[in-house]
Amino acid sequence: MSDSDANLHELNHQNIWAGFKQLVPISLFVAVFGLAFGLAATQVGLDNPSIIAMSAFVFAGASQFAALELWGAQIAIIPLAMTVFAINARHLLMGATLYPWLCHLPPVKRYGVMLFVTDANWAMSMQAFNRIEPAMGLLFGGGIAIWLFWILGTWLGIYFGSAIQDPVSLGLDMVMGCFLLAMVLGGEKNLRIIIIWIVAAVASLLAYWYLPANSHVVIGALAGGILGAVWMGKSSDG
Amino acid sequence: MVETTGFGVLIIVLVMAIVTLITRWGGVYVMSYVPISYRVKQFISAMSGSVLIALLAPLALSGDNGARLALLTTAITILLIKKPLPAIALGILAAALYRQI
Repeated sequence: MSDSDANLHELNHQNIWAGFKQLVPISLFVAVFGLAFGLAATQVGLDNPSIIAMSAFVFAGASQFAALELWGAQIAIIPLAMTVFAINARHLLMGATLYPWLCHLPPVKRYGVMLFVTDANWAMSMQAFNRIEPAMGLLFGGGIAIWLFWILGTWLGIYFGSAIQDPVSLGLDMVMGCFLLAMVLGGEKNLRIIIIWIVAAVASLLAYWYLPANSHVVIGALAGGILGAVWMGKSSDG
Repeated sequence: MVETTGFGVLIIVLVMAIVTLITRWGGVYVMSYVPISYRVKQFISAMSGSVLIALLAPLALSGDNGARLALLTTAITILLIKKPLPAIALGILAAALYRQI
């Protein structure tokens, strides 16, 4: 690591605040997503403190929506944990890709910053790091902005979501679906990835039709992941 | 099985929080000891996209035409202009408009 690289990890009040402000526009959409979550969670019968606690402590929207899909009088905890792990497994790779910059921070800061990592602030700070710009403030301050707006949105969904008479007629049931689709299609695409997606989709649908309820996410994710490990892409895109 | 009332909900939130924390910390922790092999990286990378596809496939097949139109609109928009926020907004709008008629 050269000196210029070593400075990229700098984390101080100024760059945290700058990162916070930079992520506020995106956070407004995060709040709408949070509103949809808060509303959906009240509709499956979660009590209000639990909904806020879930958004504050789990802070991973797609897995929170998936938990609602599994909701009933009882929940099988192992399939729930596996579903949450599979949906959030991308954080493992995000953490690994940030390691070259995070390794300069003491462990407390290193793991503290990771508490606030989401797709949006990770993607933006990786772009900045790759341009040799300091982005630790963007990662941490931006993550705090997203976290606060996620909780705010959830709260709005709980208390004002019911003012929306028919969320389905306004398309609000599609917020998560459209968000996830935008995330997946916004990433890298090539023939190998598309075939992996087709295999994942087919495996997921077969599990959805023929296997126990809610196994389709884990089955589809594993099918795609295993194919990706067996049929590896070119090392240049890794 | 855990009841989804009272204390049970706390356990569910706690389990979800811990599993998510493992994913947020795990990659950094592992990297501090062993570099993630290229094969593992490919597995995680393929799985992270596949999990979203696995969530979406039944939604697209079992949903109504409004749901399908929303996903199609989002897909076309993101492929054309590569900006997620307008793509999401247009997808929701498409579902809303379709369901008004």
